This record gives sequence, structure tokens and C-alpha cells, in this order.
Amino acid sequence: MRALLIGAAAAALACAAQARTLSVMPGGDAQENIQTALLDAKPGDVVQIAPGRYELTDGLSLDVAGVTVKGAGPEATVLSFRDQKGSGEGLLITSNQVVVRDLAVEDAKGDGVKAKGSDQISFVNLRVEWTGGPNEHNGSYGVYPVSSTNVLIDKVTVKGASDAGIYVGQSKNIVVKNSTAAFNVAGIEIENSMNADVFDNVSTHNAGGILVFDLPGLPQMGGHSTRVFRNKVVANDTKNFAHKGATVADVPTGTGIMVMANRDVHVFGNEIDGNGSAGVMLVSYLKAYDDLTYNPLPRDISVHDNKLGRNGWAPDFPGGDQFAKALGGSLPPVVWDGVTNFTPKGMSTPVAVRVRLTDGPVANLHFKEPGNIFSAKPELKPTIDDGPIAEPKPVVLPKAQATL
Amino acid sequence: MTRVLAALAAVLCMGQAPAPQAPAPQAPASPPVDQKALLAAKPAATLGAYHLFADAGAKTANAGVMPYALNTPLFSDYAEKSRFVFLPPGAKARYRPTGALDLPVGATLIKTFAYPADFRRPDDKVRKLETRLLIHRKSGWVAYAYVWNDAQTEAVLKRAGARIDVSFTDAHGKGRELSYRVPNQNQCKECHSLSGRLAPIGVKARNLNGDFAYAEGAENQLAHWTRTGMLAGAPDPAAAPRTAVWDDPHEPLEARARAYLDGNCGHCHNARGMASNTGLYLDLEERRPGRLGIGKRPAAAGKGAGDLELDLVPGKPDASILAYRIASEDPGVMMPELGRSLVHDEGLALVRAYIAQMKGK
Repeated sequence: MRALLIGAAAAALACAAQARTLSVMPGGDAQENIQTALLDAKPGDVVQIAPGRYELTDGLSLDVAGVTVKGAGPEATVLSFRDQKGSGEGLLITSNQVVVRDLAVEDAKGDGVKAKGSDQISFVNLRVEWTGGPNEHNGSYGVYPVSSTNVLIDKVTVKGASDAGIYVGQSKNIVVKNSTAAFNVAGIEIENSMNADVFDNVSTHNAGGILVFDLPGLPQMGGHSTRVFRNKVVANDTKNFAHKGATVADVPTGTGIMVMANRDVHVFGNEIDGNGSAGVMLVSYLKAYDDLTYNPLPRDISVHDNKLGRNGWAPDFPGGDQFAKALGGSLPPVVWDGVTNFTPKGMSTPVAVRVRLTDGPVANLHFKEPGNIFSAKPELKPTIDDGPIAEPKPVVLPKAQATL
Repeated sequence: MTRVLAALAAVLCMGQAPAPQAPAPQAPASPPVDQKALLAAKPAATLGAYHLFADAGAKTANAGVMPYALNTPLFSDYAEKSRFVFLPPGAKARYRPTGALDLPVGATLIKTFAYPADFRRPDDKVRKLETRLLIHRKSGWVAYAYVWNDAQTEAVLKRAGARIDVSFTDAHGKGRELSYRVPNQNQCKECHSLSGRLAPIGVKARNLNGDFAYAEGAENQLAHWTRTGMLAGAPDPAAAPRTAVWDDPHEPLEARARAYLDGNCGHCHNARGMASNTGLYLDLEERRPGRLGIGKRPAAAGKGAGDLELDLVPGKPDASILAYRIASEDPGVMMPELGRSLVHDEGLALVRAYIAQMKGK
């Protein structure tokens, strides 16, 4: 192993400008071997982790820009954190232009793979899994870029996260595609983020399939411009197993797609079927907050041309039964809490709320204010259409990422 | 208490007490601190190569290497920490009222982590585990950890970190065991990070603004540094900000708790730190109740929130995520994420008392 590294270093000296490959093989002290390679890597280098199982006791981390961390495939190169004793995640990235690909991260005690404050961060062909199945003691987030820009998540599978499998927080310019999230509390979550395209993913057997949220009290707020399209959001039927304190603990079991307190979200061309609570839910943030700049309502939301199967037969949220009863025994595929009267503190008139929900029938619950189920006047309508809502432009990633 | 021990340990390290009648012994014939080695692009393989200490066992600081202590330090699994600063001859630190002192290029902060076999006899059978260096290079700060051998004669560079089994008897006579973690080089930066760049944490004027038991007598550290030409621009200590001593019962509870949270959480939980995304800021300069966690919902705590909904509920430590995570030893839950594996019983008690005495709106 060490000989290999030295060999690589020598090769690098011979042609100083060329990118090197730092190889890591199984055997010996996996923690030291992988971490040393991550420390030795220079911009342009590849840290190649050979097939095998690597037992780690602590988090790994990369802080060098322009490095690719590469395994031999998500079934071949396995980083196991089953015996992890410290640090809040399996692998942490804090540098720019990093690609993590072709490997698995198993049983991390906290988050699986996290990137903080990274520009051009790419996760490709990964498996992040808690191998014991859904359990509230599993780690929180599978793949977790936060406060990052130009985020690519492609061909990633996450299973068993006790919060969100794929979780993008407070980031900008995001593509999540060709990925699978299963048996997590939330499959895919885009939170407090701007300009995200979420497409060609499968989200199944989670409590909730795909969430687009905005939360108050965070450095980046005002999430907007997310397109959710061509995904299979089917059979999200795992009972919500989050700890009570997590935000996603409030996501009803059997939610397909949920949009909360966000704007310019377009949901189209998805297959949405087998979600017991609802196919698509538009809801307000309903807890107390004291942030003057926060808007708790979903607005400028378009839901159209989805392929809708059977959804909403067992709504698992307060008042759900009554609403179903009032609407003929089951909730329609698209459910909106109907709150429109939000006036920001310091302003005199409400902010306009427009929706274009053409995948009918649609339930407008007519809540007077967020979460006030007692004020509800459930109404079934073929569609609710406030007129055209411009679709956000497709997310364009830098060329190096787009061609990965 | 910790502070006194640290000072004592540091003084012991400074040299043997001179015999009363004899003239002060000459400094041992040791080569001076190797500034070239400190500033070289590649770190030395052994701590000894820098000549920061006059002896191989790092018992005696070399000329120009000054011990110091912090009013309120980070808890590190009960390890005793002795701290030293080296400044290149003639160079001075510049005073800043907030943040770390402005230290010149070449400045090096040295911190040794050690455990006595029995904390009731802190000077007996002391085992050094690691010595960490923060070196100010022209290109910025770098961090290295050197791990001591069993014979305690040499410490070698460990960039990828290490785990060391440790057992000791604590101050209450209770046996303790832990898997002590030497951080990897990146993990140093996870805490020592300001807007993504590595930076010192402890050497803030306010955290140095207290007395230290120097060989020639106790003196306020800011005054001592100024008097000995190490520090420029500092006001009289009485006019400088001051971090409370977390375990001094004579100080107000809130000041002690805020100092503790500053020292143990504030390095990540500030607007420029690793935990900037959480919106929970625990540095001493923070004044906004919501940012301090009061009534605040967690952003991305995941299972770290347990079954609790708010970071800090005035009057209710059992309902506060802040106390819950300080009380945990689960790597996926506990805070801080790095630097400890044990619960700091005394620190937890302080934070709980702080929350308990708080009144709601």
C-alpha cells in the first residue's frame, strides 16, 4: 500500500503537471490508508479505492479542490462505518470541484456523505445505505450537500436514512437525477434552495417521496424555482420512523410529493401511484417563527401532466379522515391547504398566491391559516387554475459536471 | 481548577524550580527553535525537530516559547492541556478586541494533551498523548498533530489521525476508560475554520484576559505579553473584553455558561464556521435570542434532535436539544461532533443550570 503511494508520488514527480492516481487497497489500517490518500491528493488527482470492504472507525474527510474519489462500483468498494466511534458523518467534503463516485457508504452513525460550502460538488453512482432497514437509530441524511453551489447527484441510491435519503440544503443550482431513494423517512428533499431540477428518479417505500421545503430561521431562505419531473414516486408506504424532533417527522406516511413554503415549483410528467396519504400535497409551514422575511405559503406552484394512479385512500395526518369523508371517501391526487391570506409583517396587503393545478380532481381544504384544520372547508374541484405560471429555466451545470 | 492545573503543568514544564541559594541555572544548551522547519512546506516527521522544547520529552520550553492558559477552554475528554506560544524573535502579536489575536507569520501555537493516571495526583504518572501545532505560514495557518511514543521520548507526525486507548481515575476517584481520538489534519480545520480558512480559536484577547502563574509570579496574561514585548496595541486588561471562567463559582452563571458554549460550540456554531448553515450561533458575541437557540427549531439535526423540538426551551433543560446533544455519546447525535467521546459531566451540569434558570418570554 505505502509502496504504491510512494510509487504514485514518484510518478507524479516524473511528470509534475499531470494528474496522479493515488491507489488505496484493502488491508492494513483502512482509516489511515484512505485518509492519508485524501490528505496527499493534489488538485486534479484521483483517489482510487480498490474493490473491497473497508472498516472505518472515524469519519473521512477531503479538503483539496479538484479531486475525484473513486471506487470500483457501489457493490465492489464498500466503506463501512458500522464501528464508527467519532465524527458526524462518514465522508465529509469541504473543497470545490470534487467528484465522489462508484462506491458505497454503509451504516454511518450520522450522515453518510456530506459536502459543506462546496462549489461544483458531484456525487455519481453511489450507494449510501443503512443495512439494517428503516430504524430511527440510523443516520440522518444519506447524501447531504449543504450551503453549496452547482450540485450534481446522479445514479445515487440511498436506503434507510432516518431523515432524508438525498438531502440538498441551502444550496443553489442543483441537479438530482437517475437516483433511487427507498426506505428512508423522506426520499429526496430540496430545502431552502434555489434552482433545482429533480428528474428521472425513483422514490419508493419511503414515508414521503419527494419534498420541496423552505424553513424559517436559516441563513439561506426563500427557496424557489424547482422542477420535479419524470420521476417515479410510487408506493411510499414505510411508516414514518423519524425521531419526533426532526422536521420530517411531520411528513404523513404515504406522501408522494410535498411542497411546503416554496415558490415557483413545477411538478409534471411524474408517475405518482400508491401513496396512501396523497399524491401531491401543497402545504404551509405551520409552526411558529419570528423571521420577518419568511413566507410560509406555497405559491406559484404548477402541477400538470402527471400520471396519477391510486393515491390518498388513507390520509395519515390530522383531519385527514374527515377530509376524505367529506370528499367522497378518499383524497383526490392533488391536495392544497388553500391558505392564501399571508401578509408579511410590516406590510398591509397579502402576498399574491397563484397555483395552477390541472391534474384534477383537486382538493382545496380552504384553511384560513396554516395548519388550522378546524377552519377547513374541503372542496373538490376539477382543477384550480390561476393562469399560466412561468416554468423555471432548466438548471445548467458547469461543463465539467454536466459531462460526468 | 483546570486552569490552575494547566498553569501548574506549564510552569513545571518551564524548568525545574531553582535551588534557593544557587544562581539561576543556565538554560540548557539546546539549539534555538528551528523557524525554518516551522515554515517549511513539509512538516517535520517528529516534534523534536522544531526544537520548541529544550528536551526530548517536552518538559522544558525552549527560549521564546511562552506558556499560556485560557479562561475557558474546549473540553477534550478530560485531557489536561498545556499550551505554549512561540513568536519569532522581535515579532509581536497585535491586539484585536474580537476574534483571535493577530499573530505574525512564524507564530506557532503548541498544545499538549496528557492524562495523569489519577487526577487527584495531577503531577504524578502523566502520560502525554499528542502535541498539536498550529503554525502561521505566509500562505496561512496549518495544523499538525504529533503522537507521543510509549516511552514519552518522541512524538511523531500523524496526519491521518489515530485512536489511543486511555484509562484514568478522575478527580472524584472514579475509573474512566475511553478511545481517545487524535484528529486527522482536516478535522483540525473543521473546528479551526473561519469562512473555510484555518484559523486559531483560543488565543482571543478575551480568553487570555486572566492571570497566569508565571515562574516569577502571577500576572495577567495580556499585561505580561505586553510587558515582555510579545503584544502590541492592547489596552489595560481591565478595559479589554474578558471571557468568564466556566468553572469559577464566583462568576455569574449566565456568563460562565455562555463562556462554556463559546469555547465548546462557538468555533463551529458561528456565522463563518462549519455549522454556519444551522443558524444556531453560540459564540460570545452573539446576542439574538433566536440565534442562541431560544425557541429555535433545528435545521438539519435529523436524529440529533431526538424527540425534542426546540434547541433551547427556557426553564426546561430536559426539553432542550442543546442539553440533549451535550449529554450524548452517540457519534450521530453528540455535540460537539469532534474532540470528545465522553460526556463532560460538569459542563453539562452548567449548561443545564443555565437553561433551568432562564425565564420564558
